[in-house]
Amino acid sequence: MRTSPALRRLVPAIAIGALVLAACGSDDDASSSSDAPAGTDASGGTGAASGDGDCAATIDDGVLTIATGEPAFYPWVIDDAPESGEGYESAVAFAVAAEMGYDADSVVWVRTTFDEAIQPGAKNFDLNLQQYTITPERQENIDFSLPYYTSNQAIVGLEGSAAEGATTIADLKAVKFGAQAGTTSLAFITDVIQPDQEPFVYDDNVGAKAALDANQIDAAVFDVPTAVYVSEFEIEGSSVIGQFPADAGGTTDSFGIVLEKDSPLTGCVDAAITAITDNGDLDALASEWLSDYESLPVITVD
Amino acid sequence: MTEQHAGHQPTRREVYDRARRRRSITIATISTVVVIGALLVLIPLTPGWEKVQQAFFDGDVFVDTLPILVEAFWVDVKILVWSTPPILIVALLVALARNTRSPALFPLRAFAVVYTDVLRGIPVILLVYLIGFGVPALGLSRTWANPLIWGSVTLVLSYSAYVAEVIRAGIDSVHESQRAGARSLGMTNHQTMQTVILPQAFRRIVPPMMNSFVSLQKDVALVSLIGPVEILRQAGIEKAKYANFTPYVAASLIFLAMTIPCTRLADWALARQRAKTGATAIS
Repeated sequence: MRTSPALRRLVPAIAIGALVLAACGSDDDASSSSDAPAGTDASGGTGAASGDGDCAATIDDGVLTIATGEPAFYPWVIDDAPESGEGYESAVAFAVAAEMGYDADSVVWVRTTFDEAIQPGAKNFDLNLQQYTITPERQENIDFSLPYYTSNQAIVGLEGSAAEGATTIADLKAVKFGAQAGTTSLAFITDVIQPDQEPFVYDDNVGAKAALDANQIDAAVFDVPTAVYVSEFEIEGSSVIGQFPADAGGTTDSFGIVLEKDSPLTGCVDAAITAITDNGDLDALASEWLSDYESLPVITVD
Repeated sequence: MTEQHAGHQPTRREVYDRARRRRSITIATISTVVVIGALLVLIPLTPGWEKVQQAFFDGDVFVDTLPILVEAFWVDVKILVWSTPPILIVALLVALARNTRSPALFPLRAFAVVYTDVLRGIPVILLVYLIGFGVPALGLSRTWANPLIWGSVTLVLSYSAYVAEVIRAGIDSVHESQRAGARSLGMTNHQTMQTVILPQAFRRIVPPMMNSFVSLQKDVALVSLIGPVEILRQAGIEKAKYANFTPYVAASLIFLAMTIPCTRLADWALARQRAKTGATAIS
């Protein structure tokens, strides 16, 4: 039989494939089962806010691994150094960690993209915060904590822009908008403002800035703190034309901490955020790191 | 010559060939079934399969996003359709410029060399940013600053440089004796190129040209970097909306629906060319 060599070569290939897959499987099982017993006492996770979650169930025993963007942006993180505790999200992260029973020395920072935060499989972080807006669709696939900040949307335009002086959404219909891909700001443009022309979409603020310079768009939409920062420091000659009321068009932009779907830590993080919201710490951090945005003009929705 | 008649006894050669053929088909079938079966059985056994399935193959997200993605795909198709003719024209001009032989035309040849070297050497993504944001920033009106225009211009510049090299290779592949023969018949350089060299060259470069075309179909998505929302960008937006990668899978399927027919067309062109030139396929 001359068929056998070909087949004989196939059989080991399949067997090897099966072995590799099986090996991956047993590896995962082993690590996850060893995590649980070791983690319980090592972290001292019996902090004030244990809630109904398990504060000790972190990926590395006794250490809380927190992720943010690369780079992390002002005013959320100052100078791209989240370890310093400077900047609103950095400060909130340390406050939440403290409530969960992790002191500053037990907090480790890592960087991820948005995609890494939602990809299946083992995560390299316990908590991830980089202005993730809480939405029901996203909650199907990842866990969100309770919100740690609620932001309005705001418009940034160059001087003399078609958006200048707008006081209602109706004034904005003819404006050519730009926004960052995948942000609530983009959804806000298409769902609430509904301009006559389709908005342009960019990877980041830098793209929106270049498009303003290139006269390709009239205005860009960001969350308020980002808008203020972008207009003051990044886009020369631009200003915040106005902000929308928090519940404009029924879309509030509430930022939550992202956790792996069904993470045992979620309840614990929620309890921590509730605690620092109730005792006023969260507000204090907001007034320390974020400007007072009350003075920005408001654009009404009707 | 008894083989010519119906109902003849098959020769030993025919019996042997038929047996070989049957054996090949059997082996191909078995190996295909075994490999696909192993994949179908083994992958779902992996511990992370359920999560992967949820992240990449979510039926609800697929159904919700597919129509939006198909609509966004028309932007890609439009860019492809209006970019392809200028690419071919510019590429042909550059290839011909490079093939000129008159000493007086040296600057033209030099330009063609620089054109292909530079535009082929710079990553398309960088050219898209540079031309898409840079040129309009010089002070163009809103109509002329449109990123669709400058994105398309970028694709034409970059791909015409690639295709020019393909055409040049095609021209070079026509044996020098063809040129010599044509010239000895009294044809001018121009006539030689137009009626002798190019027809032969083009027949040979159809497959590599299809290759470039398929590649262009995918690079059209790079135009989205400077603003226009086409399928890949729309998929990214939907991905962020659902925190799920299924829209990318849907977008891939839409791309395949275009590229696979193109690839088959290229294969067919290649097969037809082989048949014409008399080469026999060895199996």
